[in-house]
Formats: sequence, C-alpha cells, structure tokens
Amino acid sequence: MLKLGGRVVEIKSQEVNNNELFSVSTKEDLPKVLRASRAFLVSDADVPEGFKHYLILESVAHLINALPVNSEYTVLPQDYSYIADEDVIRISKDKSSIRVLYRASSPNNGILISEQCNHYCLMCSQPPKAIDDSWLLAEAAQLIKLIPQYTREIIFTGGEPTLYGGKFLDILRLAKSYLPNTSVHILSNGRSFKSDAFTKSYSLIDHPDMMVGIPIYSDDPAQHDYIVQAKEAFDEAILGILNLKKYEQKVEVRVVLHKQSIGRLRQLCEFIGRNLLFVDHVALMGLEMTGFTRANLDELWIDPYDYKDTLSDAVKILAGYGMNVSVYNHQLCLVNDDIAPYYKKSISDWKNEYVEECDGCKRLSECGGFFSSGVQNGYSKKLTAFK
Amino acid sequence: MELGKIRRGFFYSLNLSGEFTVVKNNELDRVVNHQLSPDEPLYSDLRSRQFIYELNDKAPIQLLALKVRTKLSRLANFTNLHIFVVTLRCDHSCPYCQVSRQSEDKAAFDMTKEMADKGLDLVFRSPSPALKIEFQGGEPLLNFELVKYIVLEAEKRNESLGRDLAFVIATTLSLLTDEVLDFCKAHNIYLSSSLDGVEELHNTNRPRAGKNSYQKFIEGLDKARLSLGFNSVSALMTTTEQSLPQVKSVIDEYLRLGFNGIFLRPLSPYGFAIKTKKYRAYNTERWLDFYKEGLAYIIELNKSGIRFTEQYTSLILTKMLTSNDPGFVDLMNPSGAGIAAIVINYDGGVYASDESRMLAEMGDESFRLGHIEHNTYEEIMLSDKLLDALEDSFTLSVPMCSDCAFEPYCGAEPVYHHAVYGDTVARKPESEFCKRNMAIFKHLIELMRSDAETKQIFLGWANRC
Repeated sequence: MLKLGGRVVEIKSQEVNNNELFSVSTKEDLPKVLRASRAFLVSDADVPEGFKHYLILESVAHLINALPVNSEYTVLPQDYSYIADEDVIRISKDKSSIRVLYRASSPNNGILISEQCNHYCLMCSQPPKAIDDSWLLAEAAQLIKLIPQYTREIIFTGGEPTLYGGKFLDILRLAKSYLPNTSVHILSNGRSFKSDAFTKSYSLIDHPDMMVGIPIYSDDPAQHDYIVQAKEAFDEAILGILNLKKYEQKVEVRVVLHKQSIGRLRQLCEFIGRNLLFVDHVALMGLEMTGFTRANLDELWIDPYDYKDTLSDAVKILAGYGMNVSVYNHQLCLVNDDIAPYYKKSISDWKNEYVEECDGCKRLSECGGFFSSGVQNGYSKKLTAFK
Repeated sequence: MELGKIRRGFFYSLNLSGEFTVVKNNELDRVVNHQLSPDEPLYSDLRSRQFIYELNDKAPIQLLALKVRTKLSRLANFTNLHIFVVTLRCDHSCPYCQVSRQSEDKAAFDMTKEMADKGLDLVFRSPSPALKIEFQGGEPLLNFELVKYIVLEAEKRNESLGRDLAFVIATTLSLLTDEVLDFCKAHNIYLSSSLDGVEELHNTNRPRAGKNSYQKFIEGLDKARLSLGFNSVSALMTTTEQSLPQVKSVIDEYLRLGFNGIFLRPLSPYGFAIKTKKYRAYNTERWLDFYKEGLAYIIELNKSGIRFTEQYTSLILTKMLTSNDPGFVDLMNPSGAGIAAIVINYDGGVYASDESRMLAEMGDESFRLGHIEHNTYEEIMLSDKLLDALEDSFTLSVPMCSDCAFEPYCGAEPVYHHAVYGDTVARKPESEFCKRNMAIFKHLIELMRSDAETKQIFLGWANRC
C-alpha cells in the first residue's frame, strides 16, 4: 500500500498559510514563469532555481546544500519516493505533514469532499465524522485547478459529498470548466437527489461525462436501511435515482457483497432489472476490510468462495436484462469462469496487493488482487494459484 | 393484487405492472389478514415487488407508476403499422388462407395509385415517430409496380417529415426477381415470408401450380439473404392438422435454415380457414400439446447452447419478466386494432386489422372503418365501429378479464371474439383465445418455477424483443 499522507522530516517555509497545494515538477527546464507556483522534486545536485518549493527525499537529504539560496523546502521520508511529475501534494506547515492529493500515473484519483455522512454503513471504509470540514471543499477547488487536463477520470468521494449541496455543485462546475475532458464519478448515497430542485440544478451543470454511483444493498428496504444504519435510506435513494434519470443523468448502482447483502442478491438483481433497467451500470463489489468492517466483521464476513454461485446467478440475471454489469474487487480464483466477461481489475492502485498464496499464479496479471486492508485483516482461505 | 390459481394450493399473485410472485394458500390468508411479520422472507418479497408498502414509503408508488407508464407508453405514439393490401391475387392457393384469389383480373383485385396516394395521406397523419408500411396480399409482388410507387412516394413525402420509416413485403418469395431484390436493397425493405415445415408438409399446406412452393421458398431465401442481408428475411409458420404430429421436424427445419426462432402459430378462424373447415380440424387442447412439445424441444436446444426462441413465448415473457410491452397487437389492451395497426385494403376499404378485412371477405363488415377515398382521417379513426370495439373489449372493465390475474399479460382481441362468438367481449369461459393464453401463462410460470435454468433462458428471451 502506498502511503498517501503523514509527517515529514523537515519543512522550511516562510509561508503564512498552513496548508499549501503544489503541483510537483521534475522538469529541470520548466519555463521560469511556471516555476513560481510549483514544487520541484530534487533528484541530483543540478537544481534549477525559481521554484516556489523544493521536495527532497530523506535518502538524498544532503542535496539541501544544492538548493538555491533562501529556498523553501520539505524533506520527505522514503515512503514518498513514488511522487512524480505533475502529482499534486499538500504541505501543512503546522502539522509538519504532507498529503498526496493527486497522482498523475494513477487511474483512480479520488477527491475527498467531506467526511460527514447521513449513512453509518456497517462496512464503511471511511467512517464519518460530524465536524465542519468545509476546508475540504476549498481544497478540492484548489486541487482541480492543478490537475492536468489529460486526466481520464476523477472520483468525488466522502463521506457524503452532496451534503454540501450547492457548494458541491460549484465544485462540479469547476471540474467541468478546468477539466473538460475528464470523466467525473461521484460516490453518493443518492438521498440528496430525492430533491427535484437539487437534481435539476445538478443536471443543469450539463457535464458531458459525469455519473453518480449510488449503493443499493437489498431489494428489501428494511435490509438496505439496516446495512446503512439509516431510516428511509432506501426510499430516498430510489427516489434519487428516479430523479436523476428523469433529468437524463448517468447513474451507477453499486452493491457491496457481504453476509448482509448476499442473502437477497438474486432478488436485488431482479428488482434492478424490473425497476431500474435504465441505470447505466451495475457494480457488484467485494468487501474492503477496513474502517467499520473490522469492527463488524462477524456480521459481514462471508468467504467469496461460498457465494460464487450466487454471484454468477446475479450477473446472469443482470446481463439477461441487458444491463451493463461489472464485478469489482474479487480474486480470479474465487469466482466462477462465467464471471470472466464482467470481471474488472478495480482496486485502486495505491491499496492493491497480492498475498503469498498467489506466488507462482499464472493469472496474476489478470487478477484484481486484494485491498491492502484485506491482506492485513483477513481474506479467503480458499485461494489457489492458477498453475 | 390480482390472484390466479395455478395449481392446487398455490396462487399466482401479480399487480398492474406485471410484477408477480407465487404464494401458498395459507400464506395468502396471512397476507390478506395482515398477519405477516416483517422478518419473513415473503414480507420482503412482497415489499420488493410493491405488493405491500409501509406507511412512509414514497418510492413504491413512483416505481409502480413508472412501470405502468412504460408499459402503456406505446399508446401515445398511436398507429405505427400500416398494411397496404396491394392485390388479392396470389400464385398460391393455400386452404387455410383467408383472402387470396387465383385470378388474372387486375382491375377487380388490385389497389390503384389513387387509393395508394390517399393511403399515404392516412399513414402520415399518424403522430408516431416510427412508421412501418407492410405490403400484403395476395402476393404483393404480383402488383410490384404499385409497391415501388408507394415506397418512392412515401420516401419523397418523408424527406421533409423525417419519420423513422420502414418497409416490409409479406411474400411467398416465389416471384422474387433480381429487379425486386435490387429495389428492396436500395430502399432497405425487409421480407416476411411463410414456411410451414419440411418440404412435404410445406407443399401440402401451400399448394401452387408446379407443386414447388418449398423449392421456390428455399431459392428465394438464399437469394434474398445474399442480397439483403441474412437477417432481412423472416418466416412465419401456420399450424395445420398435418403439422401436429411433427413439431420437432418443423422446428428443425427452421433451425437448419439458420433462423434464430420460430412462431408456433395456430390457425386463425377467418376467411377460407372457416369455409374449408380447416379451423375446426383441431381443438385448442391439441394445439397446446403441439405448442408445449415444441417449446420443450426449444428449451432443450437452448440448454445445449443453441440460441433459438419461440417467438410467441418471447412476447409473453417480455410482459411477464420486464417492464416493457412488446406491442404485439393480439396481446394489447386497449386492443391494437385500428390504433396500433391499420389496414388499407385493395378496394380502398380501411380495416381495423388484417383479421378485419378477412372477416369482410366472408361478408362481415363489422370492422370496416371507412373508405380511403370517401372518408376523412377523423371519420375513420373516430368511427363508432372502432371506438365501440376498443371500449367494449377493454380488459380492465370486461367481465372476467378485469379480475383475471393474468390481465396484464393478455390482450383484448375484439375482432377474434366477434368473429367466433358474435360479439367483441364474449363469455370468457367459452373463449378459446382465453383458454389458449391462460394455459400458456400457467405453463410458462410452472416451467420457470420448476427449473432455474429455464427461468434464466426465458429472461434472455424476454429481453430480446
């Protein structure tokens, strides 16, 4: 697992603002006019002048002496050796910390909009906090302006990003303006879209490639509400999906598979086929062993090996209805062969690993592998390498 | 919630949107008496299908409304299919045929250009964004000059109107020439033909001079597929007494020729079929055995990996398993007669359906809505003959249909009931239409209940329409 944030060795800065965002550069010949806002990642003694900030890995800390006079700089632990050209980082002087907000080489760049949420899901990987974190919105606005236009996709996540209402829509407008070629994926519980007015404003952004991913965990409203620990969540999410489609917006239904959702998975898929045929994508996703999942493990854990036939049926039902369906976050040796056309390697690169049982597996490069959290906190005992 | 008993102790329950579940007798009592506990799977099943909802739920009503709207959405588009009977003359003399004539008298049995012009006026009055013009006969290729005229004229008119215009010629393929094929290719015209089974059966059912109907069909099929594209030619079969013992060989014939499905069609009680007593040659029960045997064979084909459908089953499954309506005229409510499809006959008569003009050939003009040259669009579409038939046969108000569990899957069929029973409603316990379709509905439900693989195969059929 890549370390995306933490304490640094040393910061030297005159900056009054505590949090500063930088686009990282490794280009020694970057035009001077562009240097004034960027951080240069030092790799050798030949350090160009004029950059706002310099980044030096601990292993080459002696290069501090090679910096231009009076330069501001940060010395980073070796954990951050992956940082590369056009990545975006936040340096927090008061906390002596760094956070990597965007990685140019990654296909999975998530932007955290809020840690607040009106769900309290049993398996939440990002447990919500009831605090004013509107600074995250401000940071997202800054970040979007620093992300390169060639970026394929960005994912707005939370918490529940839509809880900021119109301010969140402003962020989306900004994304459309600064990143016109970048797909936008929004991970939302969908409930805000039960408001016709909000959904209409959302649709008027008129982004060419924007989709909301909304979780539906059961066809039984009571079971969905139990899983997300919120009353009327199912009802509002369905109304939200209907509103989004009324305004011709793209919607993805996301189903996390665990002991609480697997029991009625077939029925859920039939429900989707009959009631929500117009959604653009259905994602059936393996459980991430982090956050609340660890506390609720007994109630959630089911070995994917034990539900593989149910998963096959679920995919067949959705595909039978002609729906666009994908299976995410699963290991190839734990699904039936008929999953192959729908199987996606989906775990974000920074938290994607394999385990020792995988040694020598000849299909490793096709396999999605594990969440790092799964490697640490438990995974199926039925893994078998393809020989 | 509507209920239908499918077998002892089990009830089939469904709602207006076509959502269904099968419940046991004692469970049903507990549902009705509010004794079901929220912890029971049946409670979840019923809530998931919007049979029951809780006090604060708002989504169920929205979902139900959406599904019913979707099923009925075709109504708003009004008439799509316009049938032009360009001639009654035919080179075949099939005993079950409703209307065709062996005659050289073009004047008596061919449509004129003037009628065709008026017919196109009618076509383009339809608000439907998609318009299909189907040429029927007789054998339409015997009046191919008029077919060409109508296609060219329709395309000319459509240049400014921009409808999604499609053409079909219903033909035996026996008179297919290169000239016809070139024209069809240039104007994206589909061909719909007839194939009753293997050579002997086909030639018995469909006699023509030279006794070579089958051979002509095969030659025509090959030529047409090569010229127009493999899927541009379809075939329909009609079940005669001779077909009954050989459903597998009929299906194999379709399979052998590369068709991806077959429509197992009973004889209709119209035209010469009644005169020649062909219609009475077998009863509904016998036909159902034929259908079930054929369907079982087709399911086995699918299980062995061959994609092949029974098309009537597919239409019904679409109504059962999805929120779409396939728009099949026999299974529509309100009836599709006149409003989903309309027929302009060779003599200028306008009819509510293909069956209506066949009735007229027997002397019954009950569904003759007017004349293309003498009546306006309003007079035709608002004629009492049409409106009364539609209203009287509306299944949500017809006795025994309105409280039938299978109403959402069925259709009104006023013309059939009029033809056989003398009124558009008829007493449903006596209706062979009712008997046949009820038996099919129950059979399909039982097949799905008893075998998960069949249910999965059916889901695929349901979504292909």
